[in-house]
Amino acid sequence: MYDPLMFMPISEHDRAETEIIRPSKTYWQDVRSRLRRDKLAMFGLAVIILILFLAVFAPMFSKYEYDTQDFMEANEPPSLNHFFGTDMFGRDLFVRVLYGARISLAVGFLASFISLFIGVIYGGISGFSGGKTDDVMMRIVDVIYSVPMMIYVILLMVVVGSGLKSIFITLGISYWAPMARIVRAEILRLKNEEFILAAKVMGASPKRILLRHLIPNAMGSILVTLTLSIPGAIFTEAFLSFVGLGVSAPMASWGVLCSDAVSSLAIYPYQLFFPAAAISLTILAFNFFGDGLRDALDPKLRK
Amino acid sequence: MRKYILKRVFSSLLTLFIVVTITFFMLRAIPGGPFTEEKVIPQFVLDKIMNRYGLNDPLYIQYFRYLWNVLCFDLGPSYRYEGMTVNELIAGGFPTSFMIGGFALILSLLIGIPTGIVSALKRGKWQDKLAMILATLGVTVPSFVIAALMVYVFAWHLGWVTVGFWEGWTTSILPALTLAGYPAAFISRLVRSNMLEVLSQDYIRTAYAKGLSKYSVIYIHALKNAVIPLITYLAPLTAGILTGSFVVEQVFGVPGLGKFFVTSITNRDYTTIMGVTIFYSALLIGFNLIADVLVAFIDPRIKLK
Repeated sequence: MYDPLMFMPISEHDRAETEIIRPSKTYWQDVRSRLRRDKLAMFGLAVIILILFLAVFAPMFSKYEYDTQDFMEANEPPSLNHFFGTDMFGRDLFVRVLYGARISLAVGFLASFISLFIGVIYGGISGFSGGKTDDVMMRIVDVIYSVPMMIYVILLMVVVGSGLKSIFITLGISYWAPMARIVRAEILRLKNEEFILAAKVMGASPKRILLRHLIPNAMGSILVTLTLSIPGAIFTEAFLSFVGLGVSAPMASWGVLCSDAVSSLAIYPYQLFFPAAAISLTILAFNFFGDGLRDALDPKLRK
Repeated sequence: MRKYILKRVFSSLLTLFIVVTITFFMLRAIPGGPFTEEKVIPQFVLDKIMNRYGLNDPLYIQYFRYLWNVLCFDLGPSYRYEGMTVNELIAGGFPTSFMIGGFALILSLLIGIPTGIVSALKRGKWQDKLAMILATLGVTVPSFVIAALMVYVFAWHLGWVTVGFWEGWTTSILPALTLAGYPAAFISRLVRSNMLEVLSQDYIRTAYAKGLSKYSVIYIHALKNAVIPLITYLAPLTAGILTGSFVVEQVFGVPGLGKFFVTSITNRDYTTIMGVTIFYSALLIGFNLIADVLVAFIDPRIKLK
């Protein structure tokens, strides 16, 4: 039955009601605002930025170099002249801790980026190909998982030789397995979604689907894994240097500083305190930020 | 079930085989032989040494010989400790490490599970916050820092224990406590999140609806399911304790396998490095296998995944 009222233009008032007043937010804007509300994550981020800033700029303004020795001032307690005191060779510990930050952060970031690169490609190919290829590739990852990671790293260090460069390489090629697993799981989840079907129907090549559609959509998990793998790499470097397999003197990584300090711990405890606090604070900050990022990316996971 | 176990045993053996192969070829790839030293050794002496350890044979023969020896549980002679085999070295160091490690594992369960339960039950209250701050510290502070702090506080300041030499189980308390730090933190976080998940499930509501007391719901119905997933983490936890032992044994002067492994690396004692690596991997692969089979028995749903 024809009712002319049904075909009347709606009033201005009704139209205004349906209008979207606020600008619509993209997913990443949403993530950013959720992250900003997370105090612990913001604290973590602030600490990371502060340490980065200090590590890059502070040694430039110091009158000491990281390897300047001054035996007249050996084992000085913290003072205005030496903020963190000096070690047994009279080297300024403040500058050495900051140099340690440079090394540790460089190891953390670089090793994580290398493992990100390998892991994303490996996991992407494995998940996207499926079938036999996937089976074989994942068996290899399982094998890597079943060897204690630290032993694998130590073995590689024995082969490549100790030093900063070999730490980058070793950690980079050791820690990609978790990343590969996570990327593969994400790809497996995404690859049957309708937008991938749509891309296929429109004739996109597999490479384009993988690089333009699948990996960008897996970016959330990739970012979280990346953030959480940085402290792992820093930890491992400190551990290796402590045991004597990593960076060696006079270079100052945090592990080396701790290892040097342990021998004179009974008399000069402050020599251990500062590098140990630096490692713990950095790892804590990355963990807080990573956890916050994970919650912000997927609020359902929050517990 | 039997098929599943067989499959897991087979894949564990395959993994171990791959580990042996990779370890062998990696250590053979190092430039310079194991006897390259700064001191010049006369050629005929070097030849004799190389012959004695079979290093002049073609690589594939060395490989198969090593593989066969590993199958017979023979890890070969040490390159650095004259007249000692790697087997003897492991037999000498492992019992000590095993004792400390086992002690640490028990300690971490005794600390971790109750803390996890309490913080799940008091979620958001100060008990929870305190427990989680401690757990976060446990994961972030490196083991060598904890070890050094323990030595500083308990040995030098309070003088309760002696450090630096080894005299039975009283000296193993501090190393074990240090090693327990990371696993305890890990366990308490895991138990907390599992407990929270289990407590929100329907069967818990049913149990309450039946009129069961809070005590029996939490400690009988919920706890069992919250703790089972811990078994899956048995292997990673063991790996953590193992890795920790490298540092902890060094700081406390414990004559265990971890300290020994680190020494053999600085000594470039290749057969020992290889042997201990294989031994550790076998240990871990074994724990993985046990965990998988146990879980399959206890919770048949997991096998299907």
